[in-house]
Amino acid sequence: MAEDKRILMTGNEAIGEGAIRCGCGFYAGYPITPQNELTAYMAKNMPENNRVFIQAESELAAINMVFGASAAGVRAMTSSSSPGVSLKQEGISYLAGAELPAVIVNIMRGGPGLGNIAPSQSDYFQATKGGGHGDYHSMVLSPSSVEESYRLMFHAFDLADKYRGPVIILGDGMLGQMMEPLSLDPGEMRRYAKPWALTGCQDRKPNIIRSLLLKDGALEALNLKLQKKYQQAREKEQRWEEQFTGDAKVVLVAYGGMARIIKSVVRQLRQKSRKVGLIRPISLWPFPVQAFARLSGRKVKYLVVEMSYGQMVEDVRLAVNCAAPVEFLGRAGGAMPSEEEIISAINKIKI
Amino acid sequence: MEKIYAHPESLRDISTHYCAGCGHGIAHKLVCQVIDELGIREKVIAIAPVGCAVLAYDYWDFDCTEAAHGRALAVATAMKRTRPQNIVFTYQGDGDLAAIGTSETIHAANRGENLTAIFINNAVYGMTGGQMAPTTLLGQKTATTILGREAKLQGYPLKISELLAQLPGVCYVERASLHSPAEIIKAKKAMKQAFANQIDNSGFSLVELLSPCPTYWGLSPVKSMAWIKDAMSKEFPLGRIK
Repeated sequence: MAEDKRILMTGNEAIGEGAIRCGCGFYAGYPITPQNELTAYMAKNMPENNRVFIQAESELAAINMVFGASAAGVRAMTSSSSPGVSLKQEGISYLAGAELPAVIVNIMRGGPGLGNIAPSQSDYFQATKGGGHGDYHSMVLSPSSVEESYRLMFHAFDLADKYRGPVIILGDGMLGQMMEPLSLDPGEMRRYAKPWALTGCQDRKPNIIRSLLLKDGALEALNLKLQKKYQQAREKEQRWEEQFTGDAKVVLVAYGGMARIIKSVVRQLRQKSRKVGLIRPISLWPFPVQAFARLSGRKVKYLVVEMSYGQMVEDVRLAVNCAAPVEFLGRAGGAMPSEEEIISAINKIKI
Repeated sequence: MEKIYAHPESLRDISTHYCAGCGHGIAHKLVCQVIDELGIREKVIAIAPVGCAVLAYDYWDFDCTEAAHGRALAVATAMKRTRPQNIVFTYQGDGDLAAIGTSETIHAANRGENLTAIFINNAVYGMTGGQMAPTTLLGQKTATTILGREAKLQGYPLKISELLAQLPGVCYVERASLHSPAEIIKAKKAMKQAFANQIDNSGFSLVELLSPCPTYWGLSPVKSMAWIKDAMSKEFPLGRIK
């Protein structure tokens, strides 16, 4: 029997390890629960790998340090949890405007306000619809296991460099805190040339990084350039997982930690020959509308389940475009829908 | 004939957008002269503020970035930590460095970041229309203190340089002025010292420059220079603070 090389890690630690292994050269963070293990992991492991770790004086400083490191051509990231990510929105908007790559991890907790430290999915709107000021999108990835948390870091940094903009890893407190076995396979890592980076103007013309564009038409031109990138991302970067959609009459839709419970429900109901399936969006922006388009000719009914009071469900309804009924079940503020509640909601759907 | 003065290599040959009598033109030129004299143009990365000097990168012929309002020293921190071989400096106004960015300023200084900060104090917010700055003098009329700044309502002029001088991570703080040729020569010397400190890995250096804003002081350029000498430098004494 082959030796099992899997090790145990928390989701937070796996995110940190993934970042280090795919060349993250700079991390800045500020303490906030439930993502502190990630900051602690980086505090230990970044310097050991000759990378820069800074405990910032504020969330604002942390995201602006990421701006600086990214402008200098270094793979840079920060992490926080919901209230802290609200504070980072200024910097995320500037990253988008200045076309700088960066990875921002949000291990979501209950809100609004200071809320609590229980898992939540209530920052979906903030992450996927812009969050800060101006017409921009961050690309948003949602892991659903510790191993996927590790692997998606490679994809996140790749997307950030490829599209030159902020990428958000949207996890939740459950995923950050729980421990699972994972194998630390070397992920695919592309290196991108960064001729725009600020490195000193030796043997080239000076580079300028800016988002202020006052000349007539210049800001519109930047916006059109961003929109073109976003359209390319919509066409090429949709990711999702699906189960049993081939014959499903009811398709459950959930992401991240919530999708784990949904998978358990689907497994149980399939054992009873119930025709249920699952779509789990992995890219939350761009939203995987293609997954729904593939089922458009069939009489499928959808049940969206979230740890929120209905955020991703709006994107599902847009994707389905009134061609099929979309029901919703959600709890938040520290609560999450139970298996019994989900099965009960499925049973109410007439098929 | 020997050439004793020339346009600095680091300063682009373009016309100014600044108001008549503004101090930024002098300060921009001094930055460029110092960088040329130290031979570091190809190693420099500048961080421009939000405020009138946000367009500094139009004038400076070396690598520059913009930073969000007040965040220049956070941006600079990460740049210098990831690229210690470069010379990184910020150029910030009073609102940027001493109001919205006070936290970033104090903590970068307290970490002893090996950086150079050029701090332009003209006692008003220029770009937004002459509102009260943290450094506005008592009695000074601005768009938001129409009867003059009053201590019991708006507090006192903030002496951020003296505050920073208390921090062990800070190696050098000097306040200079742009109100006369003699003071400009001293200002340049202080700026050169602040860059030289970074080259020597000495830690955080800051030079505050008292700088005229005739437009929002409601004074002619000549009277603005006199006001720095007679009023502003009384509140903000010139010389080395640390």
